[in-house]
Amino acid sequence: MANQINIKKTRKLYINGKFPRSESERYIAWISSDNSETINIARASRKDFRDSVRCARGALTNWKNKTAYNRGQIIYRMAEMMESRKEQLIRELILGGAVKNIAKSEVETTIDYLVYYAGWADKYQQIFSCVNPVAQPFFSFTVPEPTGVVSVLCPNQLHLKYTVSVLSSIILSGNTAVLLYSEDNPLPALTLAEIIHTSDVPPGVINILTGKREELLEQFASHMDVNAVIYCGENQEEIKTIQKFSSVNVKRCHILKDRNLENTLNDGPYTILRTVEMKTTWHPVGI
Amino acid sequence: MPIVSNKFNQRVDQIGSSERVKRLFSRSIKKESKFKALHLILSMIDLTTLEGKDSPGKVRQMCYKAAHLHDDFPNLPCVAAVCVYPNLVKVAKDALVGTGIKIASVATGFPSGMATTKEKIIEVRKVVKEGADEVDMVISRGEFLRGNLDFVSEEISAVKEACGGAHLKVILETGELESLDNIREASFLAMESGADFIKTSTGKIAPAAEPTAVLTMLEAIRDYFNKTGKRVGMKPAGGISTAKQGIQYLVMVRETLGHHWLTPDLFRFGASSLANDVLMQIVKQSKGIYQSPYYFSVD
Amino acid sequence: MNKLLKDQSKERWEYSPALESTDHIQLKEKYDLFINGEFCPSESEKYFETINPANEKVIAQVAYASNKDVIRAVSSAKNSYNKYWSKLKPSERGKYIFRIARLIADRAREFAVIETIDGGKPIRESKQVDVPLAAAHFFYYAGWSDKLQFAFHGKTHNPLGVAGQIIPWNFPLLMAAWKIAPALAAGNTVVLKPAETTPLTAMKLAEVIQEADLPPGTVNIIPGDGETGKNLVQNPEINKIAFTGSTEIGKFIQSSLAGSSVKYTLELGGKAANIIFRDAPIDQSVEGIVNSIFFNQGHVCCAGSRLFIQEGIEGEIIDKLKYRMESLILGDPLDKNTDIGAINSKAQLERIDHYVRIGQEEGGKIFQSSCSIPDKGYWFPPTLFTEVSQSHKIVQKEIFGPVLAIQTFRTPKEVINKANNTPYGLSGGIWTDKGSKIFKISKEIQAGVVWANTFNKFDPSSPFGGYKESGIGREGGLQGLLPYVSLD
Repeated sequence: MANQINIKKTRKLYINGKFPRSESERYIAWISSDNSETINIARASRKDFRDSVRCARGALTNWKNKTAYNRGQIIYRMAEMMESRKEQLIRELILGGAVKNIAKSEVETTIDYLVYYAGWADKYQQIFSCVNPVAQPFFSFTVPEPTGVVSVLCPNQLHLKYTVSVLSSIILSGNTAVLLYSEDNPLPALTLAEIIHTSDVPPGVINILTGKREELLEQFASHMDVNAVIYCGENQEEIKTIQKFSSVNVKRCHILKDRNLENTLNDGPYTILRTVEMKTTWHPVGI
Repeated sequence: MPIVSNKFNQRVDQIGSSERVKRLFSRSIKKESKFKALHLILSMIDLTTLEGKDSPGKVRQMCYKAAHLHDDFPNLPCVAAVCVYPNLVKVAKDALVGTGIKIASVATGFPSGMATTKEKIIEVRKVVKEGADEVDMVISRGEFLRGNLDFVSEEISAVKEACGGAHLKVILETGELESLDNIREASFLAMESGADFIKTSTGKIAPAAEPTAVLTMLEAIRDYFNKTGKRVGMKPAGGISTAKQGIQYLVMVRETLGHHWLTPDLFRFGASSLANDVLMQIVKQSKGIYQSPYYFSVD
Repeated sequence: MNKLLKDQSKERWEYSPALESTDHIQLKEKYDLFINGEFCPSESEKYFETINPANEKVIAQVAYASNKDVIRAVSSAKNSYNKYWSKLKPSERGKYIFRIARLIADRAREFAVIETIDGGKPIRESKQVDVPLAAAHFFYYAGWSDKLQFAFHGKTHNPLGVAGQIIPWNFPLLMAAWKIAPALAAGNTVVLKPAETTPLTAMKLAEVIQEADLPPGTVNIIPGDGETGKNLVQNPEINKIAFTGSTEIGKFIQSSLAGSSVKYTLELGGKAANIIFRDAPIDQSVEGIVNSIFFNQGHVCCAGSRLFIQEGIEGEIIDKLKYRMESLILGDPLDKNTDIGAINSKAQLERIDHYVRIGQEEGGKIFQSSCSIPDKGYWFPPTLFTEVSQSHKIVQKEIFGPVLAIQTFRTPKEVINKANNTPYGLSGGIWTDKGSKIFKISKEIQAGVVWANTFNKFDPSSPFGGYKESGIGREGGLQGLLPYVSLD
């Protein structure tokens, strides 16, 4: 008797809580670092990005109106789900070239980040909000609100850990996100999507694409319905492109170099500030 | 009685109102326009004495002053009216024969209003009979504040009827109503129940004529006019003692209700010492030197 | 219908002219650049005229900063940063800024008069708003200088270096204060470029800074035009750009800084929705509308230029507004009773004219206050449009003048949708007596500042800035320090 045949997973995109192939029906044949496996990865098109942004916009109101406590619970749930898929992620990191210990520690740190940011969801407001002692009979206060739809070009180094820390810092305040996962190491993208999908994250809040950065870079920065773009990496040419195109709608633009990504814990709630807006409200105080 | 004019139970924002007052009061009134304003103020004064120690002698002296504000200076107007307690109406009537100055009497259990409606009506009938041209009544604040608006309204209507041909000024006693919302509500109540004038205060309660209260009442008058076409007069009273304050209120009237209201028929000041300050300013305006109170008679 | 509007009384009481005296004002015929603590001529030897928009007369000649001057100013700022300012004890830094605050207050009247003759705004506003707020801004941030370690929990802060700051013509002194005060408090040095049409109070501020004896080069003030601003933005020694002005230029700056590590904050245009619900305090909301659109001739980025009135009260509000507009006094900005001063420049007047013409061509119904317009100078009467919709140009474009576009609405959902239906997001207004509605609507309005039952309120301690295309970053309050530090 032959052994049971291995069922291979089809690597698709994650858009609006669904797992579609690229509308372009293109793929990238990704070869594992030890050349043992070739896996077809969906190659997202500009249209896939456009669809993702539309879904992220659609999901925004509901997500930002959830209680901060609830968002924290959902991110914590992601940690729980990741814990249960730990082995899978470690295997994928190893296929991407990591040695076992490093892979294990990266997954564990990633889980810790989720737990860490889950806790920030209902705390950062108290650090950055203020009542303004204005010299007139008014009550004036300032609170953070989510910026809106955020596009993210995910890092290549320690991609799982840093992608998740950046993602958490974005969504915990009520933003929605469209990610382009690492082009070099796309395998965990789908697993991450599955974790998100089973964590009560509403459809559209997080959308994950795989594909070629070069092909999508400009759109990530120029799309008029994206409010902020986060670029992770060191490529000066790409950075300049992102910064230039983000000016079309005065997009908030953040460049996270490796040094910034390493600093995640030290920066703590300041990472959240990248994708929040401060709103000041005034009201008279009288009878 | 339904309050139809205060549409949607409209509210007044206190801070917004005081900002509007500040802006109105920052108007700079100089030269010609000041001179004209000062004369206007004199003609709008209800020269008032409302004290327990008032006597016929005191009232006769005040009445003479009312008709002879400052004889050294030509072409000055007389005040609009003198305002006295009910028992002194007769004295004032005799003293003012031939001057054209009106006689106003407070009534209805002034200043507290703590009398029965019946007693109030009797008092009003009496002062009108004895020669009062104008009756300054107080509303029953206790009833108003406990929400008994029907009572207040019916009482005002009854007093109005008792006034006959005399003009009715309704004193809201804004210092006791406290909020501008209440003041607006009470203004409508008074106007709909027949007030010819609405008036801020008795002068016996602090604060008296507060600028935001006056503005709120002027705005109520404006809304009432737009609704009904009826022009109700306004009388701030209490604490208005300087020409500067007087001019500030004229600005407030002009910019809220227009030039039409700038006449003694529709605007009065209830005051006892305002006249002399205005007189000093008039003399200063024309002579160019600052004046001393010693040169202006006190009655 | 407002019966008062038709009220034609024969007896009228008009206000006599009440001009602010100007005999104590010290103005030179010529102003040079302020670089390295000294007034010095431009390398280009070029001067430009600054005129009084109320009478078109030339007030003074002002030196024009060429690129060489920009380079000189930036290097003097860099030098001061390295040699003095970054080495100074924070508490001493604060004392210099306190000095500036006090000196502005000393010269309050002089500043107010100059602001008014150079920019055309009513003296009432420059005296009550611009100058005291400018002094307050310096006073507020002065106190932060030695407390920064408490401003950023768990982080250490460092100044950025040299801040290049470009300010607009609508609040010349106040915007200079908004920019300079936090920059200095956080330990940066400054090169400031005032607007071409209104450089004078900035030059008077330079005198104050000289009098306050700040280390030379800590603040440099170099008047010029767009070219000067461009040179400043592109100067390689600059570490930070702070800009207030149009969204168009803001985008240009953002784009031209691409690839550099220069930090920037942008405070750009707006087209704010001012929303009046049926349960609003009506008379105060009418006054709020006046403040929202006719303050400073509507030359205000956060002006409430789109008015939304809930159906049922639109007649009453519009009638009252028209009546109030008729009581606004347009004329000599130096008259203490003037409510509406001169339009800042000929170019701006043309822009307003252009949009109002379009508004009429598109079928909007116009009402203008019947005030008379002086022969000389640039003027525009208070104007409102009804019968317009979100699709009209005058509802979409920032006019930056005393022009209000009025629409009605039926439900909260509808009005929120329309309020946010704009690329801008600087400010918004909501008027209602219902507390829960205020919190709901103000949360839904996508804007950096929401005024509930009030409008156009400012305070040094209160953060101000835009969402979306209205800008990036905040000015004022603790939040206003963040753009001037790097955190480790």
